[in-house]
Amino acid sequence: MDSQSALDTANQPHQQASSISHSVEEVYQLAQSQGFALLDEAIDAERLKDMLQDDQCGALATFEGWVRNHNNDSRVTSLTYYGYEKLAINQGKRIIEEAKRLFDIENAVAIHRIGALEIGDMAVWVGVSSKHRYPAFDACKWILDTIKADIPVWKQEFYQDESSKWLSNNG
Amino acid sequence: MNITVLFFASLAEKAQQGQQRLSVEGKLSLPELYAKLTQEHGFTLEPAKVRVAINDEFASWDDVINDGDTIAFIPPVAGG
Repeated sequence: MDSQSALDTANQPHQQASSISHSVEEVYQLAQSQGFALLDEAIDAERLKDMLQDDQCGALATFEGWVRNHNNDSRVTSLTYYGYEKLAINQGKRIIEEAKRLFDIENAVAIHRIGALEIGDMAVWVGVSSKHRYPAFDACKWILDTIKADIPVWKQEFYQDESSKWLSNNG
Repeated sequence: MNITVLFFASLAEKAQQGQQRLSVEGKLSLPELYAKLTQEHGFTLEPAKVRVAINDEFASWDDVINDGDTIAFIPPVAGG
């Protein structure tokens, strides 16, 4: 078996989980209407911020999650994020709705990126608008923590020696 | 009953597929299904570390599997 077909076979278990079924437009529409979506290209943070623009609001709190080199002992050549898209979208909607119940905020939106990412790329964006600042900070933190606990996304790191490892969230 | 099982991450790697269709005689519980698949694919992830989803929503291990369901076993997540 040549190396390309070996690669194809190896990739098949994760084919559906490393790309999304919606168009990019549909993703941003989902983010706007339901609060959460998965994307398989670079996240347009400005577009998401614009969704939260509101004259009633005095505060916008945002968070960016950047891909970092977790393992300092090995040379990381690449990283792939995988997602269970339908569950992620359903669960993400619940998270944003819950955030609006728990915190005195006007609106919230989050997108998680999947697919091949490089060190330094943005993996997740969370934004919250509110009249006053403390609920925005608190909700942003809560949404991120809950995304990390509940959204079905996985990370695989690849190394120079062609080995790989599944990373996990600790705690 | 005919069901579809979705695998992700380390489970997909072990199973060498992202999706498997199964025909089951009679009733099968989620723990029984996972045990059966563990035996078939050699999963090393214990059920306590796995969450389960039915038809694209999180479910509990004591939920009933119905004909036509899509079951997903969710290894520890790593998003954010």
